[in-house]
Amino acid sequence: MARVALAGNPNTGKTALFNRLTGQRGQVGNYAGVTVERREADLVLGEGAVRLIDVPGTYSLSARSPDEEIAMRTLAGLDADDAPPDAVVVVVDGTQLERNLYLALQVIELDVPVIVAVNMADSLTSQGAVVNTEQLSAELGVAVVLVSALRGTGIDRLRTELEVVLQDPSRGRPGWRAVPSDPALLAQLDRLGEQLPAAWTEGDHEPGGGENRRRALALWALLSIDEDDELLSVTQALRTEVRTVGASLGRDPGEIDQTVIEARYGWIEERMPRFLTTKDKPARSLTGRLDAVLLSPWIGFPLFLLAMTIVFESLFAWSDPAIGAIEDLFGWFGTQVAAIVPDGLVQSFLVDGLLAGVGGVLVFVPQIALLFLLVGLMEQSGYMARVAYLMDRVMRLAGLNGRAFVPMLSGFACAIPAVMATRTMERQRDRILTMMVVPLMSCSARLPVYTLLIAAMVPVGGESNWSRGKLLAGMYVFSTLTAIACATVLGKTLLRGPKVPLLLELPPYRLPNFRSLFTTVFERSMQFVRGAGGIILVCTVILWFLLSFPRQDPANLPPSEPETELVSTSELASNALHNSYAGRLGQAFEPAIEPLGFDWKIGIGLIGAFAAREVFVSTMAVVYGLEDDEDEHSVRLRERLAAQTRPDGTATFTPLVCFSLMVFFALACQCMSTLAAVQRETGGWRWPTFLFAYMTALAWLASFAVYQGGKLLGFA
Amino acid sequence: MIRLSELGPGGRGRLAQVGGPRGFRRRLMEMGLLPGTEVCLLRCGGLSGLVHLEARESRLSVRESEARELWVLPN
Repeated sequence: MARVALAGNPNTGKTALFNRLTGQRGQVGNYAGVTVERREADLVLGEGAVRLIDVPGTYSLSARSPDEEIAMRTLAGLDADDAPPDAVVVVVDGTQLERNLYLALQVIELDVPVIVAVNMADSLTSQGAVVNTEQLSAELGVAVVLVSALRGTGIDRLRTELEVVLQDPSRGRPGWRAVPSDPALLAQLDRLGEQLPAAWTEGDHEPGGGENRRRALALWALLSIDEDDELLSVTQALRTEVRTVGASLGRDPGEIDQTVIEARYGWIEERMPRFLTTKDKPARSLTGRLDAVLLSPWIGFPLFLLAMTIVFESLFAWSDPAIGAIEDLFGWFGTQVAAIVPDGLVQSFLVDGLLAGVGGVLVFVPQIALLFLLVGLMEQSGYMARVAYLMDRVMRLAGLNGRAFVPMLSGFACAIPAVMATRTMERQRDRILTMMVVPLMSCSARLPVYTLLIAAMVPVGGESNWSRGKLLAGMYVFSTLTAIACATVLGKTLLRGPKVPLLLELPPYRLPNFRSLFTTVFERSMQFVRGAGGIILVCTVILWFLLSFPRQDPANLPPSEPETELVSTSELASNALHNSYAGRLGQAFEPAIEPLGFDWKIGIGLIGAFAAREVFVSTMAVVYGLEDDEDEHSVRLRERLAAQTRPDGTATFTPLVCFSLMVFFALACQCMSTLAAVQRETGGWRWPTFLFAYMTALAWLASFAVYQGGKLLGFA
Repeated sequence: MIRLSELGPGGRGRLAQVGGPRGFRRRLMEMGLLPGTEVCLLRCGGLSGLVHLEARESRLSVRESEARELWVLPN
C-alpha cells in the first residue's frame, strides 16, 4: 500500500486535517524503536486506499530534539526498514505563510513527491487576505491546495491532487528551489553526500534521482550535527566527516547556518508579495488584546489558578450524573445476574468479581473523557503555550524551561503520553528530569481513587464546609507543587545541567476544532476502556481468586470459639476474607502501612494498585462486595466505603485516613506502564528503578506525616 | 544598533545581529529571526523575565538573558 506522510509546523491544524482526510479514528502505534506516538489511518482515494502517517509537528527538519529527528527520519526514510513515503503532504498555515514555507522548501529538497496544503482558509478569509495558490504552485513547482480543516473545504481537491502525484511522482519532485549562492559550500555538500551512511542512501538507484536527495541529506547533516547535539541516527563516521567538511570551508559553522537559512528565507521573501495579498491589519489583534491580560503576571497567573479550580470543580459536578447512571446500570446488571445464576462460586465470580471490578472502573470514563476534553481545549485554543510562558519563571528554578511544564500538565491526563511528550525537549538531561517528575502529576487513573475517597469523606448532602471540588482541586495543586519541588531538588543534585534557553511560540488564539477534539477525546477514552478490559480485568479475576480461596466451610471453623453459633452470615464472610490468600497477604503487609492509618483490607487494595492505580477501586469493590450480604449488591461502592468499620466499631475511612490515602496515591509510583515507558525512553532500568524507589519512599513519608501529624493535632 | 529590549514595548526595528549558542541561534533563524527581519517588541521585563516579540506574523518568546544577544536597528 502506498504511504503518504503528513508534515507541518506545530499549531497548523495538521491533526485536524488528518482526521478530515481519513474520516476515521487513527490507529495509534509507535515509531520504530522509539515510543513517540505514530498515528496512522487509511485514506480512501478513487484508486483504493493509501496509508496516511501523521509526522510530529516541526518548525524545521534540522533536528535538535528526538521528535524532530523522527520527523526527518520518517520524511527522508532514513531507517533501514522504512522507505521514504510515496508522497508528503506539507500542511502550511496560511496566516503564517513565510515561516511555514520554510519547512515546505526543506521537504521539497529531500526529493520526495510533495503536495502543499494551505490550511486556515477560513482565518484568511476573515482577515481579508488572499493566498494566490497558482503563483505558489508555479514557484514551488508542486501542487498547492487551499483547505480549511475546520470547515472541511478543499479536502476533495487535496485527494484529487494526491492521486495525481501518486500516479506521476515526478510532478511533486521539482528539485531544489533555494540554492545557497556559495559554490564552495555546494562542492563540499557533494563530497559529504558520498560519505552518508549506507542505510540512508539505499534504494537511491533511479537515474538522476539520488543527487538532490544526497545533497539535501548532506546539508541536513552539516546543519544539524554540532558539538553538543544528541542525535541518535548519526554515525561517528558521518560526525567526523561533517567536522572535516566544516573545517575545509574555513568558515564559522554559525556563518554556514546563516548562509543556508538566508537562502531559503530570501527565496520566500522575494516572492511573498506575489503569494499573498493582505489588507491592513487592525492596530491591535484579538490575540494581542487577550495576551495583554492573560500573560500579565499579576492578572494572568491568578486567572490560570482560578481557571484550573473551576475546571476541577466542574469535573466533579458535570460528571456526577453520568457516574451515578453507570453505577446504577452495573448495580442493575448485578441483580439481574444474581437472579439468573444460582448462588455459589459462579455467581460470586460474575457479580463480585467481574461486574464489581470492571464496573467500578468504567464508572470513571465520564470524568476521564472530560479531563481529556479540557486538556485538548487548552491545547487547541492556544492557551497551553501561555501556561508554558507563565510557568517559565517557576520551571527555571529546576533548571528547566516553561515548555517542560506542558508534558507535566498533560500528565494530568496520563503519565505515559506525557513521558513520550518529553521527546520535544532537546537535552537528554532535561528529558530525564521531566520524566522523573511527570508521574507525580495527578493522572486520570488517580481520579477514580480521589473521587471515591472524597465521596467517602464528604458524603453527598452531608453537612460539611469542604466542597468536594475544592478538595479535588487541592489534590491537583498539591501534586503540581510536589512535582515542581522534586524537579528543583533533583535538578540541583542528581541531574545538574546547563541552563536551557527558551524559545516559545505563542500561537494565535483560535476557536477549538470541536470535531477533531471529540475524535481525540473518543480515541483516548477508548484506550482507557480497553485498559479496563485488559489489565484491570485480569487483575480483578486474580484478586477475586485470592480473596475467595481457600474456601471456608462453617464446620471447619475453630471450635474453641463458642460464639460460632451466633455469627451472622456477614461475619462469616468477613472471617473467610480474613483467612483468604489476599487477606493473609494484606495482614502480612499491615505493619508497614499501619502507621499511615491503613488496615489490611486497604493493604489488599494497595497491593493491587501497584499494577495500576484504578485497580484499587475495583479491588475495594471486590473486597467489600464479597463481604456484604447478597441483597446489598446494588449499594454503591462510595456509600459502602463510608460504612466500613474497624473491629472496635470506629469508622475505617475517617477523613484523616482518606486524606492520608489520597496523599499516598498522589505520590506513589503505582503504574507498571509508566515504568515501562520510562525504561523505553531512557534505554535502561536505572531511571525507572530510581523513579519507583523515590516516589514510593516519598509517598510513605508524606502519608506518615499526614496521619501521625493529624492525630497529634487531634483529628481522629 | 541597540539591544532588542531597548526598543521598549510596541517599538519596531530591524534585526541587525543574531547571537547565541549555535543550536539556539540556528533555531531562532529558522523560525524567521534573521538579520534584516522586521520585529516588533510586544512586551519585556516584568515578573516573567521573558521578552515577547512579533516577526513574520508569528509571536515568539525568549528569555531576557538570550534576548541580550539580539541587536536591532530601530525604525
